[in-house]
Amino acid sequence: MTSPLTPGIVSGRLAGEALSRNFEDLHAPLDAHEAAVAADRCYFCHDAPCVTACPTEIDIPLFIRQIATGQPQASARTILEQNILGGMCARVCPTETLCEEACVREAAEGKPVEIGRLQRFATDSVMAAGVHPFDRAPSTGKRVAVVGAGPAGLACAHRLAMLGTDVVIYEARSKPGGLNEFGIAAYKTTEDFAQREVDWLMQIGGIEIRHDSALGDAVTLDALIADYDAVFLGLGLGGVNALGIDGADKDGITDAVDFIATLRQAPDLAALPVGRDVVVIGGGMTAIDAAVQSKLLGAETVTVAYRRPQDQMPASRYEQDLAASKGVRILANVMPKAIHGNGAVREIELEYTAVSEDGRVSGTGETVRLKADQVLRAIGQTLTVDGGLSVEGGKIATTGAGRTSHDKVWAGGDCTAGEDLTVVAVAEGRDAAEDIHATLTGARA
Amino acid sequence: MADLKTNFVGIESPNPFWLASAPPTDKEYNVRRAFEAGWGGVVWKTLGAEGPPVVNVNGPRYGVVYGADRRVLGINNIELITDRPLETNLEEMARVKADYPDRALIASIMVPCEEAAWKAILPRVAETNADGIELNFGCPHGMSERGMGSAVGQVPEYIEMVTRWCKQYYDRPVIVKLTPNITDIRYPARAAHNGGADAVSLINTVSSITSVNLDNFSPEPSIDGKGSHGGYCGPAVKPIAMNMVAEIARDPECAGLPISGIGGITTWRDAAEFMALGAGNVQVCTAAMTYGFKIVEEMKRGLSQWMDEKGYGSTAEFVGRAVPNVTDWQYLNLNYVTKARIDQDSCIKCGRCYAACEDTSHQAISMSADRVFEVIDAECVACNLCVDVCPVEACITMERLEAGAVDPRTGKTVSDDYYNWTMHPNNPSSQAAE
Ligand SMILES: Cc1cc2nc3c(=O)[nH]c(=O)nc-3n(C[C@H](O)[C@H](O)[C@H](O)COP(=O)(O)OP(=O)(O)OC[C@H]3O[C@@H](n4cnc5c(N)ncnc54)[C@H](O)[C@@H]3O)c2cc1C
Ligand SMILES: Cc1cc2nc3c(=O)[nH]c(=O)nc-3n(C[C@H](O)[C@H](O)[C@H](O)COP(=O)(O)O)c2cc1C
Ligand code: SF4
Repeated sequence: MTSPLTPGIVSGRLAGEALSRNFEDLHAPLDAHEAAVAADRCYFCHDAPCVTACPTEIDIPLFIRQIATGQPQASARTILEQNILGGMCARVCPTETLCEEACVREAAEGKPVEIGRLQRFATDSVMAAGVHPFDRAPSTGKRVAVVGAGPAGLACAHRLAMLGTDVVIYEARSKPGGLNEFGIAAYKTTEDFAQREVDWLMQIGGIEIRHDSALGDAVTLDALIADYDAVFLGLGLGGVNALGIDGADKDGITDAVDFIATLRQAPDLAALPVGRDVVVIGGGMTAIDAAVQSKLLGAETVTVAYRRPQDQMPASRYEQDLAASKGVRILANVMPKAIHGNGAVREIELEYTAVSEDGRVSGTGETVRLKADQVLRAIGQTLTVDGGLSVEGGKIATTGAGRTSHDKVWAGGDCTAGEDLTVVAVAEGRDAAEDIHATLTGARA
Repeated sequence: MADLKTNFVGIESPNPFWLASAPPTDKEYNVRRAFEAGWGGVVWKTLGAEGPPVVNVNGPRYGVVYGADRRVLGINNIELITDRPLETNLEEMARVKADYPDRALIASIMVPCEEAAWKAILPRVAETNADGIELNFGCPHGMSERGMGSAVGQVPEYIEMVTRWCKQYYDRPVIVKLTPNITDIRYPARAAHNGGADAVSLINTVSSITSVNLDNFSPEPSIDGKGSHGGYCGPAVKPIAMNMVAEIARDPECAGLPISGIGGITTWRDAAEFMALGAGNVQVCTAAMTYGFKIVEEMKRGLSQWMDEKGYGSTAEFVGRAVPNVTDWQYLNLNYVTKARIDQDSCIKCGRCYAACEDTSHQAISMSADRVFEVIDAECVACNLCVDVCPVEACITMERLEAGAVDPRTGKTVSDDYYNWTMHPNNPSSQAAE
């Protein structure tokens, strides 16, 4: 039997019971009474700030009022009209920096209306009833290829299908969902929600997913352009930035996204290996998620090493507090300098940093060594396939509703500029679908 | 601690909080516990005539209206008067009164509208040593269809007649309980007064249907798929009750007629408001049914605290203090000009004032792109709706324009003379201004 103190990267540090407790739903669902009470706190603001703050512009006061008046399924329809992955977004959106930050009750008393949890209450009711509230419009006779079955691709495909266009999704992996399935922290989307949501979404009809069909491998962009009326790229960011320091090739160094993907697919968390002393390099949501989940798997010490001051971390204050509450240490103003060890990593050497006025980071020369048998890289993902389209700042260049440099190709989600969030990917996929539809049916101005 | 001792029509009680005639006062067990909990008096659950008692339905008898978090705002009921034998009630009343001589014990009575019926029951009640009687002319369901309760309370002549009989055959105070299910409460009150009543008590419950089941289309409470109108009570009826109390308190024809205030009283503050409007004491039902007997403790402590703060030595010192300020609309001062003021520091930018004023009032609030809301004095009619809908207390207030200031809406200079509708030139019956 191993324990948190067992050296090296091993499985079974915690008993099964402790593990299932650790990976329970981060926010338990509201029951009907809790939802009624929470909904009652909404002021039904005029031109509500929360709606503006939501990238998909869900009519939040309206859906909350529908919960308050006892119609969670009608409420869900209001949500899903704007955001077909409203169920996932209810679980994963950093609401503290989106709708709930804008809630006037946040200004009034520091306690926003629990918009995310109410959204989950409503969308769960539709999923539980197994109904899909939308129908397809009469066929447009058009066919569109969507690349990537992540949030952007799924939102685009659903909207096109609803508008009467047939869609074929080309997906590199053998499972749909993108980072919903492989990236989001396990405690945010429990009970196989990502797959259940895709299955539910597919009930619209008119969408075919071809798995194990990577663009640039199984198909080319040119072929898709030739075979379809339009193409939407929702590829996400498949690559990971390199560390570029001494010792970066030692055993025990992994990409945080791979670590999480493995965890998300693991049938038995007790069989999943994790280090005793884990160091995560980075400061975004991926770094935090990797750190928290390492800790929950039973690592003895977990440190997030971020190269800028803590208040500049891309992860929200809420996420940082969550990590701290799970026992993760956040070390700011340090950058990796070297990784030591004989074959496998044993220590990581970090250098303290200073940040200049113009935001440039430089080492101070002072270093510190941390014990580490596992190092997780979470220093940003990169675009892997661009299909020959113009690229700007490492992302596919777009204008308007996701129009790329090719007039038959649209793109959205993480592979284009804008915040890398599930809800942003959904908004971009949906808007591109509307634009594609307008273009193909001649309604485009 | 202020002294809460109250004398109502000669009946002493340690505090002005009585339990109204209803389930809380239905039997000895309840009333003893109520007295132990500190209630100043009880009006026993209404007694009927000798003979087989009435029967209640055997399904649900209450409907409810909820506010946030299932807070009870109003309850309605289809319960009848006591369904226990008269003898049992009388024996219990006598025992309880003997054990609690300092508390008020009133017998509520509803018998047919015949002299013989009243003549028969009154001596029996007197034997219990109850402090007085209350005539239930209010119950709006079940009994009214049999020519009792509100069927009597809706006909002033009957009220006067029955009151007279009671004064003739009973020598302790007679309180007449009024139904609100009439158009002008002053008529039944005057009838009671003319019949010699020592006091009126009001209100009894309001005829109502609280909700309809949208699956089987039955009103609630549903008895085998059917419902009947019930009597509404609780916080929701308080404004209706207070207006009726005030109407009687300021009616010259009812001058000097004591009032026992009833209807939605839930806190010390509710009680103080009723008393300020002229009620010599108050009766409570729904609040006790919702929270139990212990709420009287909050009422006693609260009223006492407020009396201490205001320097009132006894309840008599503030009873009726608001009555002179209740007037008719035409006497309100038209030279009292106010404007809404929004405190930007406490504004949370919900925009409810804007929606209310823009959509339903006078388009007197502007909204900027960055959600700053400001009152346009030239449009503000001072209706106060923005204040009412604002979720932040004291964020929007109504500020009076000083005499000499110009009201930008009317272009007129504000005067501090008292000036009302009876003097206004638009009023066809006003005296021409010179
Ligand atoms: C660890 C982690 C945690 C996160 N946590 C959150 C969170 O809590 N809340 C939040 O809002 N956001 C979170 N995000 C961000 C969020 O997951 C992404 O912004 C979102 O998934 C982007 O959607 P997408 O459809 O653009 O890309 P993806 O979700 O990456 O989907 C892209 C899809 O395209 C497929 N694909 C890639 N290349 C090809 C190809 N060549 N051919 C065919 N298919 C291809 C992929 O297999 C994948 O299915 C997190 C991200 C990570 C990495
Ligand atoms: C279930 C129930 C039964 C009642 N029965 C009587 C009654 O028998 N006699 C009576 O005079 N009033 C009866 N009432 C009316 C109450 O005494 C009281 O007038 C009314 O409920 C308003 O006061 P509240 O708002 O404090 O409840 C009853 C009220 C309720 C809720
Ligand atoms: S008082 Fe009435 S008219 Fe004046 S700003 Fe408020 S809502 Fe508008």
